[in-house]
Amino acid sequence: MTGTAPAGVAAGAAPGPILAAERLSKRFAAPDGGAIPVLEEVSFGLWPGEIVALLGKSGSGKSTLLRLLAGLIPPSSGRALYLGRPLEGPAEGVAMVFQTFALLPWLTVLGNVELGLEARGVPPAARRERALRVIDLIGLDGFEQAYPKELSGGMRQRVGFARALVVEPDALLMDEPFSALDVLTAENLRGELLDLWARDDFPTRAMLIVTHNIEEAVLLADRVLVLSSNPGRIRAELPVDLARPRRRGTPRFEALVDEIYGIMTGRDVRPTPVTGPQVTERASPTEQPLPPATVGGMAGLLEILVARGGREDLPDLARDLNLEVDDLLPLVDGAVLLGLATVDDADLSVTPVGREFVTVDILTAKELFARQAVERAPLVRAVANALAASIDGRLHERFFLDVLRRGFSEEEARHQLEIAIDWGRYGELFDYDANTGELSREPVTDTDTNEGGA
Amino acid sequence: MPFRPFPTRGTLRRPQWRPADLVVVAGVFALLYGLLRFGQAARAPIDPGVMRRTIDTDPALLPGYAARSAARMFVALGFSVAFTLVYAPLAARSRRAEKVLIPALDILQSVPVLGFLAITVNGFLALFPGSMLGLEAASIFAIFTSQVWNLTFSFYHSLLTQPRALDEAARMMRLNRWQRFWKLDVPGAMIPLVWNGMMSFGGGWFFLVASEAITVNNRSFALGGIGSYVASAGARGQLGRVGLAILTMVVMVIGINVVLWRPLVAWAERFRMEESEPADQPRSVVLDLLRRSHVPRLVARGWRPVGEGIGRVMRVLGTAHRPLSPAPARRRVGDVVFGVLVAAGALGGAWEAVRYVAGTAGLGAFAHAAGLGAVTFGRVLVVLVVSTLVWVPVGVRIGLSPRLARYAQPVVQVLASFPANFLFPLVAAVLVATRVSLDWGGIVLMALGAQWYILFNAIAGAIAIPSDLREAMASLGVSGWLRWRRLILPAIFPAYVTGGITASGGAWNASIVAEVVTYGGTVLTATGLGAYITKATAAGDFGETLAGIIVMCAYVVVLNRLVWRRLYRLAEQRFSL
Repeated sequence: MTGTAPAGVAAGAAPGPILAAERLSKRFAAPDGGAIPVLEEVSFGLWPGEIVALLGKSGSGKSTLLRLLAGLIPPSSGRALYLGRPLEGPAEGVAMVFQTFALLPWLTVLGNVELGLEARGVPPAARRERALRVIDLIGLDGFEQAYPKELSGGMRQRVGFARALVVEPDALLMDEPFSALDVLTAENLRGELLDLWARDDFPTRAMLIVTHNIEEAVLLADRVLVLSSNPGRIRAELPVDLARPRRRGTPRFEALVDEIYGIMTGRDVRPTPVTGPQVTERASPTEQPLPPATVGGMAGLLEILVARGGREDLPDLARDLNLEVDDLLPLVDGAVLLGLATVDDADLSVTPVGREFVTVDILTAKELFARQAVERAPLVRAVANALAASIDGRLHERFFLDVLRRGFSEEEARHQLEIAIDWGRYGELFDYDANTGELSREPVTDTDTNEGGA
Repeated sequence: MPFRPFPTRGTLRRPQWRPADLVVVAGVFALLYGLLRFGQAARAPIDPGVMRRTIDTDPALLPGYAARSAARMFVALGFSVAFTLVYAPLAARSRRAEKVLIPALDILQSVPVLGFLAITVNGFLALFPGSMLGLEAASIFAIFTSQVWNLTFSFYHSLLTQPRALDEAARMMRLNRWQRFWKLDVPGAMIPLVWNGMMSFGGGWFFLVASEAITVNNRSFALGGIGSYVASAGARGQLGRVGLAILTMVVMVIGINVVLWRPLVAWAERFRMEESEPADQPRSVVLDLLRRSHVPRLVARGWRPVGEGIGRVMRVLGTAHRPLSPAPARRRVGDVVFGVLVAAGALGGAWEAVRYVAGTAGLGAFAHAAGLGAVTFGRVLVVLVVSTLVWVPVGVRIGLSPRLARYAQPVVQVLASFPANFLFPLVAAVLVATRVSLDWGGIVLMALGAQWYILFNAIAGAIAIPSDLREAMASLGVSGWLRWRRLILPAIFPAYVTGGITASGGAWNASIVAEVVTYGGTVLTATGLGAYITKATAAGDFGETLAGIIVMCAYVVVLNRLVWRRLYRLAEQRFSL
């Protein structure tokens, strides 16, 4: 056993990017034998000395991209390179921090931090010493013998960072490392990470963070890459040349956040005309997926919007409601798709129809919602039409799932149908019987449940 | 002590059958046939000085017998654990192996262990000629085959459902295979492994008792042990000594529980992955004592350098990550070659097995056995229905009352562990005295062992009903039959199905020893497949034995597929809380 040199030292001389994506594509197998693209032709490099943030809505493949660069999954085409060489698995000089911390609950803090060194064959004494040094650095003193269960979320993620940093990686990959923490803890940990980054003796030379929090990206990164959805491509690349430490609320900071919001709320698929119910060119259910928005969520958003005068800046709205992009954007997308609201740059405005939707009584609102959904939500329309055309007004869900599988994975196809059922049920367009898996025009009447109450 | 369903969640989950699995079924039959022929070809001479037909029933010898029986149980447990630790990772990690190993294990689990025993005894006798080792091995093998399935399937299930983040973290840290196995795979599966181990160990006593005294090919053998003690005392009509053995057995079951299983279950809690601690933390006085002593520290200090050394050697096993891009063409060729080889071996062997039966017992034996199987199936059905009607209400009553559950837990666990065949001589005595036919009495014998799984799981299911649901029902005034229909029955359904599958398997297995019973020189025989197999084995009609086992296996597998698996899936999808 000859002591393994820290990877950073061995690789120090390489002039190129530490990690690089070369026209990386990832497709997952579809149940019918086809392939569903998740990432398409993504190229970029992670260079020494920089922090890069990957931003995207859920479903944009940002986590997939991170895992490709980590060597955890193989690309369908293209190459993931570490120091110029294609990855054959997780590289020795790359470490990762996970959203769910991914600590082994049966090992103490010390045991968790030592594990990576043990894997590299570092002898026990050296292992202990290096682990204690990092534990010290990361502010975990006194918790060495604690089990993860005994720690708060913030302390656990500190262990996650200590475990990653103890192997002195060249590149640190972070998969939404702060999104499972409360706002204050996340803020505190972000600050400490930047403090470490600023130190001269910090061995890690580049960091890549996946996030759906726009402000977090602007706070941390030197460069923000925004991914589009279905499939994921790099839609925009924005350098963040704000001086550190950065502060929220400065005009330049706010402008940048607004700009990214604008990019992220722009339509991924073909633009749907916003005004008027006449949609001449109609997208198919696979071309225009339904955003994962509940009717209640959209109604709540519109009510707040109306209460604030019918127009509001999206970043402000998100901050005031304490919602993250992943929570807010599907609701925005849903409202826009249904013609209840429009987005212009980073401003969300309610349409006349949307205003009517939140002010009329519940039955009228349902009728209005049904009309909008049939006109503008392709899958809802397809289901309603198919049921209308069927002999007895009933069809098995398999029929729709088979069609959806041409464009979606098994899981996503089901998810799409669930959204359509939720919307259709609210609009009383159709109903679904979970026991038989049948969709029907008429509401399902369960005689069994009625009899129980008698 | 918590009350968890047995087997634990997911252990009974099986993949859908594909047509290719029929090849695996054929392969399992071929394997049974191969074992049978091996045993037949190597017929060892019996040394009457070494092997006995019965054993001395002097009560003073009882503690020694009990110790020897316990030793067999632990050796079998050791083999079961070792088998599990090797087999399950192979099935979970190798795409090719999985296609064969999992269906094969599923079928093997359905093979009646005690019918199988007849086949293996000959082989083991041939392996160790002129000594008792062959019989010991056969007995241990029988216990092993009763314990191992749930352990292996539960480990396999744990490996498949490993949290993705932990898997990725382990790969990012580049743990080698050895490190990953002991740092992630085994600890992550520890809680279900210990629980299934404890319950399977309890179930193993039944097979110990059945395997210590057997008759194969007109020759009877008895190993010194508590099981053969009961058999010998029963055959001589010494009811008092049977009672003494029962007492010894109860003491032993409780003792092993207190000294081994309770501490293990309590210790395994440290491997819990979920955040929430169970309300009823398992406790063990023995474990607390151990923890307060110097023993753990001494063991840890002694073990550390050894562990380091082994870990260094085991680095040769390589890293745990699979190569990211295997050549697809080579993989497909490999698949075809692998498939053809497996299929050829399996189908050829199965064909040989059928020819063998045709040449000895005649193909009519299958039809005959199938008819008798219907009778035994009737008994199994009665056992299940009656146990359900009796024990589900009792179990729910216990489970809904924390105080009752606390007292009931150790009692039910001992009842479930207590080998029902210990009581066979007592029941047989009653049957002989009252002249009731074993055709009906056999149902009682089968139920003696199988019923506890239904009670146990009904309690476990009832305990798991969230209290807010119960309070909500109470505030709505939902009570009586309505409460049963809308709350209790749906809520305990998953646990009940788990218990039902286990009880049904237990009843089929028990039929082999419950349909032929000896008491004080009187041999009672019932009409049924179990009696058919027992008689064929005793007489050395291996063709009939093989046909009987295959038919019973078919019954169990078909019932599982047609009824139990569907209920199990339904339970997991619609009724899991």
